[in-house]
Amino acid sequence: MALSIKDQSINIEPIEVKISYLKLQNQQGPALSNVIKTPNDSGYQGSRLAINDSNTTGKFLHQHFSLTQFEFKTTPDLLQHLTQAFNQGESIFVLNAPLATLKQINIWAQNKDILLFNISEFSDLLRNTECLTTFLHTAPSYAMKTDALAQWLLYRRLTKVLLISGKKPVDIAIATSFKRSAKRYGLKIIAEKHWSFDTDLRRSAQQEVPLFTQTSKEYDVIYVADHTKDFAQYIPFNTYLPRPVVGSAGLEALSWHRVIEQWGAAQLQTRFNKLTARYMNEIDFGGYLAIRSIAQAVHKTHSTSAKIIENYLRSTDFELAAYKGRKLSFRSWNGQLRMPMALVHPQGLVSQSPQAGFLHPRTDLDTLGFDKKESQCKLH
Amino acid sequence: MKIKTRNKIHRLLGIIASLLVMSPTFVAATSTEYAYVTNEKDDNISVIDLDTQQVIKEISVGQRPRGIIFNDQQSLAYICASDSDRIQILDLDTEEIIGELPSGEDPETIALHPNGKIIYTSNEDDAILTVIDIESSLVITQIDVGVEPEGLAVSSNGEIVVVTSETTNMVHWIDTKTNKIIANTLVGARPRSAQFTQDNKLLWVSSEIGGSVVVIDVDSKKIVKEFNFKIHGIHRDRVQPVGIELSHDGHYAFVALGPANHVAVINRQTMAIEKYLLVGRRVWQLALTEDQTKLLTTNGISGDVSIIDIAKMKVIKSIKVGRFPWGIAIKHAKN
Repeated sequence: MALSIKDQSINIEPIEVKISYLKLQNQQGPALSNVIKTPNDSGYQGSRLAINDSNTTGKFLHQHFSLTQFEFKTTPDLLQHLTQAFNQGESIFVLNAPLATLKQINIWAQNKDILLFNISEFSDLLRNTECLTTFLHTAPSYAMKTDALAQWLLYRRLTKVLLISGKKPVDIAIATSFKRSAKRYGLKIIAEKHWSFDTDLRRSAQQEVPLFTQTSKEYDVIYVADHTKDFAQYIPFNTYLPRPVVGSAGLEALSWHRVIEQWGAAQLQTRFNKLTARYMNEIDFGGYLAIRSIAQAVHKTHSTSAKIIENYLRSTDFELAAYKGRKLSFRSWNGQLRMPMALVHPQGLVSQSPQAGFLHPRTDLDTLGFDKKESQCKLH
Repeated sequence: MKIKTRNKIHRLLGIIASLLVMSPTFVAATSTEYAYVTNEKDDNISVIDLDTQQVIKEISVGQRPRGIIFNDQQSLAYICASDSDRIQILDLDTEEIIGELPSGEDPETIALHPNGKIIYTSNEDDAILTVIDIESSLVITQIDVGVEPEGLAVSSNGEIVVVTSETTNMVHWIDTKTNKIIANTLVGARPRSAQFTQDNKLLWVSSEIGGSVVVIDVDSKKIVKEFNFKIHGIHRDRVQPVGIELSHDGHYAFVALGPANHVAVINRQTMAIEKYLLVGRRVWQLALTEDQTKLLTTNGISGDVSIIDIAKMKVIKSIKVGRFPWGIAIKHAKN
């Protein structure tokens, strides 16, 4: 009888799995709307919870998982630590670091028996042109987020869009991503504006933003691309036309948010709150997914070898249950974890994409982000 | 001549049947069954009269009621009020909450030992199975199990209790005498329900995200059969098995398929999937009437209960209940 579930018999030889969490401290510039801050331990706490969950399972399988956290000020410091740890026999690393750092690590890691996870960088480049062959991504890409929103906009017939973006390279990258999604789903960008104000808008947004959002053509919705939320929070309710705002303010596409409660998520949120006394965010969820993926592979393969774990994770056997109502798996061409995206406003869940009716021959989850034919990454 | 007689008999039967239908007091006295449905988001229970197939009342209970079972005499109901962190005891005659059992945090499902003295409950938030002595209202012990314990089943000989853990993806087998785990079986992702067959030889387990139902041999604790479901027009990822109900005659297994909005009918003699029945949205739990002629389903998102006629294998009615109906138990007719 052909069974898809292997390894029913449980191996009893105990194993220890060591994982390192490496973070590059980010120097964020000042933001106008600095009222709500992202917790500094985002990512690490999600990883820590996943270690606890994995050890609960591990104790029945004689497997133990441990996590050590390291923070660095510069990329060379991080790389030096990574090299040392690898030479001492460690091979599984979870990275909370920006694009430039990840690219350098990827060059160093070529042809090494090593398992690397990107839990925090959303850049489209890493999933499309500058492919990181040594990484798996548990952070969603910008393209997944903008596709998720574009599907919803189409569903709601909000097809005429005013696009506003900040000046930073990352804001331009998000705006570019949205333009790709708009083209993909037939949305019309009726005007594009760049935010160039340098005054403190906290007290004058009500006067300035209506003028700024006045256009010659009518729009149904405003898309804001502002990664650090420098100005995005001042757009909703201040627009010239009374229209909804999506993107970096208003309705956001996120892999995780505190309002998600379906599919067992309520239990995960409770465990996280108990552990950390705060809410779980998207970066925490990226860490959680990375550790749970590793643990799942170790449960199934009962191996600590980076190669064996990676092969399992990239295979079609791997399926991760992650409180999203769908099984998650990694895309073979660019190492991206495919997953549904939540569309949320700060106090509630509005929808989840992929929207009903967006079909795909493989899985409708591949209607979000770079599909096999589209991506220039050809890992497998 | 023959045909005439048959017609006569048919007419006679018709008259008897219509008499039965028209005389409600007569029916109520002998054969009324009631379904008790927990409404997760309304904090109450809808009671359905299965003769008239209507909701006859709502009973307020604790927060987020989910699992519900009756005692052997069917005089009491035990209800997991998950967000109130307790098991409430409902007197079915007076319809009042007459007491509570110490459940531990966030009890989700509940099972009664055949001796009627011990209750097991899974504490989803704490990765614990709590064993409670009903008479003294005391916790006998708490057993460490996997993350998010969910489905519970006690073998009818009372020897084994099993619990599934959703995030650990295991079935834990516990000896009821020692309250120790004797074995663990890895199953597909996010196991939900477990059901022993009448003879205690096989255990059926559903895996929500794995999309499968497995049948495990109780002696060897090994998987002997796996079912995967294919419904035309529904992507396989949306086929998410949750509740399982096994008919007492050994003929059928019914599997609620969650957001696929269907119930799968499995023939246990041939071990083949025979049919898929369309019910309400996100179908959760199932319950058979005592005479095994009807199957009821709770449909979370559409907020209703579907009734399936087993002889016809058709959905014959859907009944609106509260918000997010979850658990269901059927109170049998008094003889």
